[in-house]
Amino acid sequence: MDAFRSPRSSATSVAESDAAIVVNELRKRYDDVDAVKGISFAVRAGTTTALLGGNGAGKTTTLSMLLGVLTPTAGTISVLGCDILSDRYRVLPRMNFTSPYVDLPRRLTVGENLRVFADLYGVREPRKRIAQLAGEFDLSELLTRPYGNLSAGQRTRVSLAKALLNRPEVLLLDEPTASLDPDIGDRMRTYLEHYQAESHCTMLLASHNMGEVERMCDDVIMLREGLVVDQGSPQDLIELYGRENMEEVFLDVARGRGEDSDLGAPSREVAA
Amino acid sequence: MRTATEFNAAFRRQTGLAASARRVRALIRRHAYLLLKSWPRLVSMAYYPTVTMVLWAFLTVYLKPTTNFLQDAPGFFIGAVLLWDVLFRGQLGVSLTFIEEMYSRNLGNLFVSPLRLGEFIAGQLTLSVLRTLIGVGGACFFAWLLFRYSIFSLGFPLLAFFTLLLAFGWSIGLAVSAMILRWGLGAEELAWAAIFLVAPVSGVYYPIAVLPSWLQPVAWVLPSAHVFEGMREVLLEGTFPWRHFWAAASLDLIYLGIGVAIFQLAIKYARVHGKLLQMGE
Repeated sequence: MDAFRSPRSSATSVAESDAAIVVNELRKRYDDVDAVKGISFAVRAGTTTALLGGNGAGKTTTLSMLLGVLTPTAGTISVLGCDILSDRYRVLPRMNFTSPYVDLPRRLTVGENLRVFADLYGVREPRKRIAQLAGEFDLSELLTRPYGNLSAGQRTRVSLAKALLNRPEVLLLDEPTASLDPDIGDRMRTYLEHYQAESHCTMLLASHNMGEVERMCDDVIMLREGLVVDQGSPQDLIELYGRENMEEVFLDVARGRGEDSDLGAPSREVAA
Repeated sequence: MRTATEFNAAFRRQTGLAASARRVRALIRRHAYLLLKSWPRLVSMAYYPTVTMVLWAFLTVYLKPTTNFLQDAPGFFIGAVLLWDVLFRGQLGVSLTFIEEMYSRNLGNLFVSPLRLGEFIAGQLTLSVLRTLIGVGGACFFAWLLFRYSIFSLGFPLLAFFTLLLAFGWSIGLAVSAMILRWGLGAEELAWAAIFLVAPVSGVYYPIAVLPSWLQPVAWVLPSAHVFEGMREVLLEGTFPWRHFWAAASLDLIYLGIGVAIFQLAIKYARVHGKLLQMGE
């Protein structure tokens, strides 16, 4: 079995029945800028996949379209078997996300914020769930403090707790551990790994932390200038590019190295 | 992954009237948390209507001895200013709720949650009622305390006028929210200024007949003009102005439809241009 697939065929490389997310020929054009240029990929259910690329590669644009807050110029998106464009409200209760581009009301306390979103997502026994998450994310002492008074790291933990309130089956994470110190970052990653192992949640994360990607992700989708340029497991990509780690692979892709050589050629196959 | 039974149970919890009501309640809860913990916010909501009411009440005291219609209807100006504030607060209640979400950079969180657009609007309108009751309620209390004028002396028509003006305020508030979403928080001033465009032609303190003849048709397409004309009829003649009531109610339906449509278009525009995740201070 091929461990690495051509990006163009990636949407079909995972059987549709195994995929939690299927993206086909997705495009987004802002005025005269093509932010996403017709990408296709599939994310296997119960796995963690990284969406990697430099600034402006199209990661956040892609995540926004997956969440239904950005309308694609063309293409289709299916999440848990539902068309996100026409059947959004059927699947949104089963998803959640965290992103540095949004915030929570700053004058509300952490507990109040979590309670509001627990009600929006129809969480059963919200107090119990909030207390559980507060314990797991070390937020119990912060529940009565205004969100605006928290440090950046504390806010990131609150955002993650908010993202897990409804026990999502699909979790989209944009820079989930940015601004966390190494200790807290490690604990968050461990928590997400445990959550996934227990719930079989599908996670798609955009991150610039390559250690995090190597540790957490089963698959990686590499984006550059709005195109999928490579896809495979971190280990496969490291071997494919002949590098030591994902950091070096990322630099190769971001700087366009390997285009003129056979490194990173889309059709190249890597032995499993 | 969930089993089919678990999925169906979970899906049922997200659909239907009860689920919608729960999400609207969540939105109200979010703003109630904000309002109830800040007494300056609560006071400021009643402050402006009360000060304006006091000004018009003293003007009434000054003019009453020499003005016939004020002797017949001493609550003429006070009633007018209180009802005007129903319109103003009704509009502000919708616009400020929306602006608050933009300042908080919270729109992205709300629009990726199961909250539907209709529920978001229902939440805005409910909060507008609450804000209006707090703001105008405070002014009504002081009108009674300081000048022994009770707005409730208008009787049943008060309820009709209140509802008609509130609905017109909602439609302007939705349109203003749409413009702020379209042009960003730089357009925030519209939230405070937009309503004053209709003030001169609403006949708040004077009959529509006072307006130049070319301007009168403009007035009659506004629900507010019918309400204030009707208020004068109740105060001076003691009859309920059914023709003004039906005209205002019909116009309200049209304006509300337009307001909702404009807001929907703005949300659609925001989805196309990626503004829901970007908007903020």
